[in-house]
Amino acid sequence: MTSSRDVLFASIRTALGVSGAEAPRRQAVADRISGHPRGVIPARAELPPAGQIALFKEMVEAAAATLVHLPDASAVPAAIAAYLRARNLPLSILRGADARLANLPWQSEPALDVWIGPSDGRQLAGLSHAFGGIAESGTVVMLSGPDNPSTLNLLPDHHLVVVNAADVTGTYEEVWDRIRTLYGPGTLPRTVNWITGPSRSADIEQTLLLGAHGPRSLHVLLVGDA
Amino acid sequence: MSVHITSPQFKQNAREALADQPLQKALAKVGPGFIGKRAAAAEKLPEFEALRDSARDIKNHTLAHLDLYMERFEEKARAAGGHVHFAVDAAEARNIILGICRDLGAKTVTKGKSMISEEIGLNDHLEANGIQPVETDLGEYLIQIRGEGPSHIIAPAIHLNKEQVEADFRRVHADLPPERNLSEPTALLAEARGKLREKFLAADVGITGANFLVAETGTSIIVTNEGNGDLTQTLPKAHIVLASIEKLVPTLEDVSQLLRVLARSATGQEMSVYTTFSTGPRRAEDPDGPGDYHVVILDNGRSGMLAGQLREMLRCIRCGACMNHCPVYHAVGGHAYGWVYPGPMGSVLTPSLIGVEKGRNLPNASTFCGRCEEVCPVRIPLPKLMRHWREKEFERHLMPATQRTGLAVWSFLARRGWLYRPMTRMAMAMLALVGKSKGRFSKLPLAGGWTQYRDFPAPEGDTFQAQWAARKNVR
Ligand code: SF4
Repeated sequence: MTSSRDVLFASIRTALGVSGAEAPRRQAVADRISGHPRGVIPARAELPPAGQIALFKEMVEAAAATLVHLPDASAVPAAIAAYLRARNLPLSILRGADARLANLPWQSEPALDVWIGPSDGRQLAGLSHAFGGIAESGTVVMLSGPDNPSTLNLLPDHHLVVVNAADVTGTYEEVWDRIRTLYGPGTLPRTVNWITGPSRSADIEQTLLLGAHGPRSLHVLLVGDA
Repeated sequence: MSVHITSPQFKQNAREALADQPLQKALAKVGPGFIGKRAAAAEKLPEFEALRDSARDIKNHTLAHLDLYMERFEEKARAAGGHVHFAVDAAEARNIILGICRDLGAKTVTKGKSMISEEIGLNDHLEANGIQPVETDLGEYLIQIRGEGPSHIIAPAIHLNKEQVEADFRRVHADLPPERNLSEPTALLAEARGKLREKFLAADVGITGANFLVAETGTSIIVTNEGNGDLTQTLPKAHIVLASIEKLVPTLEDVSQLLRVLARSATGQEMSVYTTFSTGPRRAEDPDGPGDYHVVILDNGRSGMLAGQLREMLRCIRCGACMNHCPVYHAVGGHAYGWVYPGPMGSVLTPSLIGVEKGRNLPNASTFCGRCEEVCPVRIPLPKLMRHWREKEFERHLMPATQRTGLAVWSFLARRGWLYRPMTRMAMAMLALVGKSKGRFSKLPLAGGWTQYRDFPAPEGDTFQAQWAARKNVR
């Protein structure tokens, strides 16, 4: 019996007039996968580092997220507490086990409750550490893993994200290369989330409203210099 | 069961749509909203036109090597622990998905927006088999509770006004206090958010479409603004991806090129809010994510399109720009097209997927103004492909007799210049004489289809060929 898989491949090959065994075609595909050429890169994404940071900030805010630029990571707990107080939110936040977050000086904010684990939808504020930031569009890049639950990116009303200025790159392509170096070629973590601003919908009369299903607010804590 | 098709009655649908006041009120907002936003986003990126070329070339390369990229995708997705299924047609895809849901003992499934799910009538099939599907994209949720189909590929409820949404929410969310205020869109959104949050957390399986499948890594990608598809695939026990064969792209770099044109063309955003790349199920130490990951790859008539001109249509990345810029879509909306895919892309795709007999009216639903092709991010020559279907329709003897005879007479004459020139000159002179007083005709024999809705301009009195010959002599 021929499987649907066989039928499907056969009808594609018939339509293309190929057998699938042609060496030049196979070579073209292998070359493209291993060489992964970049295509057209916007000039705006090829600024020197200081320019990238300025563009990143501008684009994050253009996407309706908020941002504070902190001199170094030790300022993060106080900045989180300030964010929550300013919005009259409980001084409580849920985060992943990520060492970059675990090593922050939490004792400097004794009133702030910090919980660790994935979200079950009951927490108002979640904290994650980004793998990178992309200046071109003001996007933060989140990788899932044992210490970085994906649910934190989506379920809390307020999503706070720490981004190291040194991890801000101009383009998406630079982030892919960093991931390849870390995970090996052709391999990604289970989930990569690109996040550009807070959740929104324009499905009712095309009126743009924030806070559809994901976080109503996205707050970026940019740390250090490039 | 499959989706009810009313495409053969396009003319009647269109007439009803034109007379539908609430629909016309909603449609009045389509053009002004989308057109300006896309133009502004394109303006802000000097490389936008070059990126469109790049996007077209990537898709062409992928389609020419589709079998090989699909093999690679399958291998990588399996290596990451995912299951890959192949479905030749809609019925097979429905049954594969039903089977996965049954194996998991699923009672409810949440769904991200997927046009292919609409194409194969998945919701009805699940429901008929005792599984409750819940659409989570706000627009899809609205049409699901109304028992309607989508009227736009990225804004499925664009035909509705907020008063209609309010009435539906009062009807469906009967457990909430009747005196609550729902007059503002914000209140409606908040209510939907609360209702759907419960569903996200309770669902056994999450089904999404895919904007792209990446061969390099075996990854499926969804793009949303609401975060609904992302929650749909993260929270339940299993994530099922439903994707058609043309979603394949070679590499992460290639998909980045396509993403640079997708949101800008669709909504004028620099980038959509959530772009989620999923590779396999939850890993050993991961604290969350789905335990199973399935990809169902559907053909349903597309592989045949690879053979001829229609291959170009398979470049489509479903941005919606062509319908956002289409005067016919602005006038009649999406439902008039009678199936799942409306607007210019639907006029080309529908006859390909459901057959020219049922879809033959759609390629005629065009003014051939060319705006769709001007804005298409992957440069699909939509007017040319609509013309292709018109020619097919003629070949297959599907046109009414008057049109057939008219065209046959014209082609007989056109191939015989010695006869064509004097005959047309005579006809033009006659028309000019008769139409002189008003400069146009409100009725013409054999052209009732045209003059029923608009006047036919009277010619100036000479044929193009005669004028051309005269001018050549002057030069
Ligand atoms: S045909 Fe082009 S413009 Fe229309 S939805 Fe597809 S990609 Fe977009």
